[in-house]
Amino acid sequence: MTSFPEAARVALGDSQLRHNLRNATTTIRDKRARVVAEVPDWEELREAGRAIKADVMARLDEYLVQFEESVHAAGGTVHWARDAAEANRIVLDVARSHGADELVKVKSLTTDEIQLNDALAAGGVQAVETDFAELILQLDGDWSSHILVPAIHRNRAEIRDLFVRTIARGQDLSDAPSELAETARVYLREKFLSAKLGVSGATFGVAETGTVVVVESEGNGRMCTTLPAVLVTVLGIEKLVPRFADLEVFLQLLPRSSTGERMNPYTSLWTGVTAADGPQELHVVLLDNGRTNVLADETGRQALHCIRCSACLNVCPVYARTGGHAYGSVYPGPIGAILTPQLRGLEQAKSLPYASSLCGACYDACPVKIDIPTVLLHLRAEAEKSTAESASMRTLARIFGSRRLYERAQRLARLGERPARHLPGPLARWTEMRDLRPFPTETFREWWSRERGA
Amino acid sequence: MSAAREEILRRVRAAQGRAHAPSSRAYRTTGTRDAAERDALLHQRLVDYRARVERDLVVVLDELAASRIGVPPGLPADWRPANCVEDQGLSPQELDALDGVVTGCTVAIAETGTIVLAGGPAEGRRALTLVPDLHVCIVRADQVVETVPEAFAALRGLERRPLTFVSGPSATSDIELKRVEGVHGPRRLVVVMIDV
Repeated sequence: MTSFPEAARVALGDSQLRHNLRNATTTIRDKRARVVAEVPDWEELREAGRAIKADVMARLDEYLVQFEESVHAAGGTVHWARDAAEANRIVLDVARSHGADELVKVKSLTTDEIQLNDALAAGGVQAVETDFAELILQLDGDWSSHILVPAIHRNRAEIRDLFVRTIARGQDLSDAPSELAETARVYLREKFLSAKLGVSGATFGVAETGTVVVVESEGNGRMCTTLPAVLVTVLGIEKLVPRFADLEVFLQLLPRSSTGERMNPYTSLWTGVTAADGPQELHVVLLDNGRTNVLADETGRQALHCIRCSACLNVCPVYARTGGHAYGSVYPGPIGAILTPQLRGLEQAKSLPYASSLCGACYDACPVKIDIPTVLLHLRAEAEKSTAESASMRTLARIFGSRRLYERAQRLARLGERPARHLPGPLARWTEMRDLRPFPTETFREWWSRERGA
Repeated sequence: MSAAREEILRRVRAAQGRAHAPSSRAYRTTGTRDAAERDALLHQRLVDYRARVERDLVVVLDELAASRIGVPPGLPADWRPANCVEDQGLSPQELDALDGVVTGCTVAIAETGTIVLAGGPAEGRRALTLVPDLHVCIVRADQVVETVPEAFAALRGLERRPLTFVSGPSATSDIELKRVEGVHGPRRLVVVMIDV
């Protein structure tokens, strides 16, 4: 992928984008701060959230098997997918078995990650995105720049123009948000009422009961998970919680951290199939796609604790300036900077752990206390293991380890100093912004042997 | 796909951490307010998220008598507006043709202004409270709790029912973060708070 500094350069030059982003992140940040301050036991909730997720990562095999049994007992089917291709094929097969050429879809980062829509389209099935912002992006062939507000980089005038070009052709449409929302409502209602198949991601899956949870605002999630006769949910294996009652922690942490609301308008929970209520055929696809690689890293695995609230994006000084696209992944911002390199392999996203000033605001905002700065440093260390910088560090270690080499190096440095104000090769970037301190004409060791004699 | 299952479980077992101390649960599980304070808090929080709150059920039902209102089969007779339509498996299109729906709930959370629907006889199936544009939800005083954990305690035994947590009418903030009521769910939520 394109490196973060290269990708960010484009965004930094776009003043409209930076204006939209600053406006949006500041607004959500203030709302979040207000509703978090209302909760007297916020820190206790964060600690409970962290501890529950740490327990999940320690006993994930048991919880996965328990979840599978619970879903099965409730009349649902569980599939396992090692990677994106396998997951996409499972969803496509379900669609084909019902002869569906169109399905309605709830906004889901997990299905974006596996590029489900493209895979479905290649198989002749059109996935209709039903979240307002996702619809905007789909109509425009664009992609998300924020976990929670995917079209955060679009303003109302841009959205109006897009609608007039696509779903409201020839209509006299103003750029009032209510009118734009009404346009989407009318367009999508027809789709909801006739859809045979719904596809969702999920925020949580409960091992104890087999319950799947979707948290949303607009009601499109309820539509997609209630009206179609068949429902497929793609669930990352890290999304499990052990007990149903654990949700009492996360349903307090998530809305306040995410939209800055005490509670989001709609949270839907379903367990298998219920007679005469909602889908009568239900599938859950458990997805690995790199998650077990993340799990294997003792420091990095806490990235899997993420509940996708996006609070870390909104407080991040780097995100506020570059926006989400620069991160080159469906997971932008600080969490993306630690999740993407681990999911895809560090070689694929080496620059992302550097997309941070290490200010630590993300750690403070995280509702499950993911120590993002520590993981960033850990990944930087990993990324440098094979590079020139680490080669020079190894050389330095050898020199510092030997008196003979050390003294020779000091003499050499003095000799070579005058023409070299800047360091050569891979070390040049260090001296791009800094002057090299001049070496003293005499080292302490030389002074000592001159004054006190050897 | 059992090969995938075995491989994922093998990877997980090779990768996962070691079990440690039980989870910390130092957060509040119960509130401190009395019934009147809980009632007042729920009222305020509902209004805050732009639900309409009413106290007189008779007046509300009279108001609805002229509209086409759906009700779940188990809704008590004195909670039904005149001329209501009982949901005996209405199609999505028939639900869409309703002006609104009247239901009860299982529990209401004062702190967050949330109504929890659990598919009981007075609540109906999920589509009934979703497709029509107006949802009138009747909350009895004894169903009001203060905190989210208290609501989960009240839901014990109902975990496997389809559950919907509703906090205000449908909304989006996707356009420049301006909150717009009413996208796909009911655009109007009326909560009628009644004494037992």
